[in-house]
Amino acid sequence: MSKPSKKMTLNKKHNLTGWVFLAPGALLIFFMSFVPMGKALLLSFKTGVGAAMKSCGIMNYTRMFQDAVFVQSIKNTFFYLIIQVPLMLIFALILASILNNRQLRFKGLFRTMIFLPCATSLVAYAVIFRSLFANNGIINLLLVNLGILDQPYSFLTNTWSARIVIIIALLWRWTGYNMVFYLAGLQNIEYSVYEAAKIDGASAVQSFFKITVPLLKPTILLTAIMSTNGTLQLFDESVNLTDGGPANASITMSHYIYNMSFKYVPNFGYAAAMSFLILVLVAILAFLQMKVGDKRD
Amino acid sequence: MIKVRKFGMYLFLIIVSFISVFPLYWMICASTNKSAEVISGRLVPGTYFMENLKALLASQNVGRALGNSFKYAIILTLLSLVISSLAGYGFEIYHDKAKDMVMNIILLAMMVPFVATMIPLFQMFSKAGWLNSTMGFILPTISTPFLIMMFRQSARSFPHDIMEAARIDGLSEIRIFFQMFIPTMRSTYAAAMTITFMNAWNSYLWPKVIMTDSNSQTMPMVVANLTQGYVTDYGMLMLAVLICTLPTAIVFFCLQNAFAEGITGAVK
Repeated sequence: MSKPSKKMTLNKKHNLTGWVFLAPGALLIFFMSFVPMGKALLLSFKTGVGAAMKSCGIMNYTRMFQDAVFVQSIKNTFFYLIIQVPLMLIFALILASILNNRQLRFKGLFRTMIFLPCATSLVAYAVIFRSLFANNGIINLLLVNLGILDQPYSFLTNTWSARIVIIIALLWRWTGYNMVFYLAGLQNIEYSVYEAAKIDGASAVQSFFKITVPLLKPTILLTAIMSTNGTLQLFDESVNLTDGGPANASITMSHYIYNMSFKYVPNFGYAAAMSFLILVLVAILAFLQMKVGDKRD
Repeated sequence: MIKVRKFGMYLFLIIVSFISVFPLYWMICASTNKSAEVISGRLVPGTYFMENLKALLASQNVGRALGNSFKYAIILTLLSLVISSLAGYGFEIYHDKAKDMVMNIILLAMMVPFVATMIPLFQMFSKAGWLNSTMGFILPTISTPFLIMMFRQSARSFPHDIMEAARIDGLSEIRIFFQMFIPTMRSTYAAAMTITFMNAWNSYLWPKVIMTDSNSQTMPMVVANLTQGYVTDYGMLMLAVLICTLPTAIVFFCLQNAFAEGITGAVK
């Protein structure tokens, strides 16, 4: 009789130990993530500065859709999302499946070089790309010397080229990062599957679409959600590459929210409302992607 | 036919590798050349390194920024590893229904974009007097859902027999964690360390919000400051970029596999 009761107390003790171990981490997340999120929600229904803040209903939420700059920043962010994320994931998949080839030589070297951009900080690579694409930068020098351009083109002060430079920079920085996920995923696929497909006469393209893509689906879904989440929060590139310009043509939502909170006359209530829209967008897009990813074909 | 395809494959890889490496090579060349030479398109390392360094040190307090960045990143990484791994271990080893539910709630925090918590955090931290402090820098990211999940996964492979044996030997639960778990999971810790250090070193938005005093600025902030003027001294600017990149590049080259495991770590 005494044995089970002793075990009970031991279990209870272990149960309590578990709570003690996870408490610091869990409480920090609670106070650093969920509490501020709740406060931001309350803040989004207020207007004014500091102690003089007063309730204003949903005014902040109706205001943002009449705010031309914010609408522009939503369009820009979605432009980056729709063009850059699919391109990057496709490139990363192709690179990973080439590097997964057993007969390939210098595999490690190629992997390291393609992965290398991840070693740079976001500010650093944004500044490098800003310099490369400057009026007196090396890209213009090259294009003029090759005779493609008569005179330097101002990439960073023209609407579309500024946006495209941001996309090029993002592709450069993040393709290798996603490739590493796919390489890790490919390790779990038996290589003999590919060899068998080859013997059966499947081409490289066929095995890519019939083996690699379906088997990597969970990884593709994960990278798609992560990239979507990251793109909706783009900040460093918009600030340091184009400074949101020209005339807010390349500004991202986070950049505008930052300006609204800390650069212009602070309007925390309005900024909080806009940040809540990002939260909702992240949740909706992740949900949609999971729905699409779940479908059996 | 097969030879042509093989050639095409290598050519493709060489082009992609070149594009990946070139901007970094250009940065290194630029940091050792005069600004005028950089503009004229010189693509070999030069001898102007010391002059660029002098100009950089005269314009920005790089030493202080480097010191700050190292201090913030190292303290954050150490605390983060202990607290997140202890939580991940607690969630897995002592798991029951209630703890699994708490874990699921914590995972939701992954979806919360940083801008949505930034303003209240700024208000809370300025009230607490944590602006311009190490505490202010580290507190929001000491414990992350990603790291907790990663350590929870790795704790799954921690052999039960070892724990039972240690308990019979009279080791307390916390000592089992420090003396058995940490040494066994060395590779997970290496992966978590690289990813946390890199994220801390590279972070920009949060320090920009709370480091209002120039004495507390980080290295990425100094690099961003340098681009503000109208005329850019490319030699000096790229030297600053190089200095800012060096620590993460060293971590990358020494611990590349750990880093790859770190970013994909919680996925398995």
